[in-house]
Amino acid sequence: MRSNRAGWALLTPTLVILAIVGFLPFLYVLYVSFFDWNPFSNQLGMKWTGVDNFRRLVFDGAFLDSLWRTGLFAFTTVTIELALGFLLAQTLVKSFPGRTVFRTIYVLPLVMAPIAVGATWRLLTIPGFGPIPYFLDKWFDIDFRLATFADQAFLTVIAMDVWHWTPFVTLTLLAGLTAMPKEPLEQAQVDGANRWQVFRYLTIPMMMPVLLTVIFIRLMDALRIVDEVFMLTSGGPGTATQFIGIHIYRVIVPKTDYGYGSAMSLMVLYFTIVLCWLLFIALAQVGKQRE
Amino acid sequence: MKSSALRKALGWIGLYGLWTVMIVITIVPIYWMIVVSARSRVELFDAPTLLIKSFYAPNYIKPLTDPVFQRYLINSLIIATSNALLVTILAMLATYALSRWRLPGADNIFFWTITQRMAPPAAFVLPMFLIYTRVFKIGDWTMFDTQFGLILLYCVFNLPFAVWLMKGIMDGVPIELDEAAFVDGANRWTVLTRVVAPLVAPGLAITFILSWIFAWNEYLFAANLTSVNARTITTGLAAFVSVTGTNWGEMAAVATVAILPALIFLVFVQRYIVTGLTFGAVKE
Repeated sequence: MRSNRAGWALLTPTLVILAIVGFLPFLYVLYVSFFDWNPFSNQLGMKWTGVDNFRRLVFDGAFLDSLWRTGLFAFTTVTIELALGFLLAQTLVKSFPGRTVFRTIYVLPLVMAPIAVGATWRLLTIPGFGPIPYFLDKWFDIDFRLATFADQAFLTVIAMDVWHWTPFVTLTLLAGLTAMPKEPLEQAQVDGANRWQVFRYLTIPMMMPVLLTVIFIRLMDALRIVDEVFMLTSGGPGTATQFIGIHIYRVIVPKTDYGYGSAMSLMVLYFTIVLCWLLFIALAQVGKQRE
Repeated sequence: MKSSALRKALGWIGLYGLWTVMIVITIVPIYWMIVVSARSRVELFDAPTLLIKSFYAPNYIKPLTDPVFQRYLINSLIIATSNALLVTILAMLATYALSRWRLPGADNIFFWTITQRMAPPAAFVLPMFLIYTRVFKIGDWTMFDTQFGLILLYCVFNLPFAVWLMKGIMDGVPIELDEAAFVDGANRWTVLTRVVAPLVAPGLAITFILSWIFAWNEYLFAANLTSVNARTITTGLAAFVSVTGTNWGEMAAVATVAILPALIFLVFVQRYIVTGLTFGAVKE
């Protein structure tokens, strides 16, 4: 019908920029991942090792631990955020006095720099003057030391992520709930369906695209968390909060094991893409069913 | 009737109870940071009280009058604003193209741009470092430690997100409007700038602000791709942890300054964010 040339012309600047700062580094990571390359080891330069880096990964306990820890973290936080976010979004659909004030205050953490969120939570948990250790000790007689107890560090990081990101989940689900057609819900109530049935058989299916979108975004970001954790615990104590992003950073920057670190990040990217691709397909399926 | 009145009352109590708890949980960490920023080191290690009784100004004055910190702040401002502007304009052009033409392979490009956001960012620190120090090099000038370098780099994170956000909004503008304008003799560019752009203006505003906030907040690349000239406020804030004998009050003050612009932005645009965040997932 019309020439595609103008369309591609409009798309070109975006594609060029993404190619330079997005795709070029990706190709570079791919290239480096086939080499043994550590500038500060005895051997100079890059040594071709084929798929050895990837073979090493499969038996690397530290890497697998970190991967498992990240998965557990992402699954836990996304589940909590989704459940809490859905509950809160539902209370915000109908107007009530104070709703705007609540919403405005509630979404403040959303725009805070992750590094500032980490700083905030660090200030909360410093032994000696942070309120969390102080009150836990005073009221529940709990010895709270983030730098000593692995479980406490892990739970604190989860709490921090839930605090930071549930507002995003709530806002997005609220946008979805607000845009949802009202007639089927009213009709169902007239027909005598109870609240649970309406929720289970109408709200959930109609919200599916939005829910999947939210899971998609949150999962992606939870799997690559670095800044907040770095600021709060620096991955410690030991490796209790050393998520995959921090693990890779440690391998590449302080240890300068470039080849192995590159292979590691490709592996993680591959897992993430497969996961998100599945969600993306699910999203497309739901979209088709609705048409 | 009595039981329904009771149930209603319980519903209200539950609603306000829930929200009071949520607001307290949301506010306390931020509030505590401000409390710490208003106290001297000696006051901090007294028994914790949640009240601000006095204001210890040196925590703010010292970093804010320090030329190094002033430069961090200015760098952050320049980088965030330029990046947001660039991303918003490019996303508008790109989504207009994606929504008005059936471009072969465009869907794949669309998904591919999203995958850019999935990679662990640490993986790209090394290649970006090498590209900026070795490849983009003219004489002595390199992209390393320049504001331009970060402005361009943040496109990797912001552009896919912006395209995703704008796509749904752009699809919402009926193509008939374009056609009517063509009949009136307008060219492609006039249609885009005079007809379509005003209609998607709220979406553009949200894209700008979200991109701005992301660029202002980014840390990992700013820390590894700059050394002196283009350092940003987040790297300045992170530097507090590695220094021994951290001055917590000063750190809290810098953190407060660092989150302030974004918080102010948010209060103004919240309303639009709610409608903008559907990502076109809900058909109206």
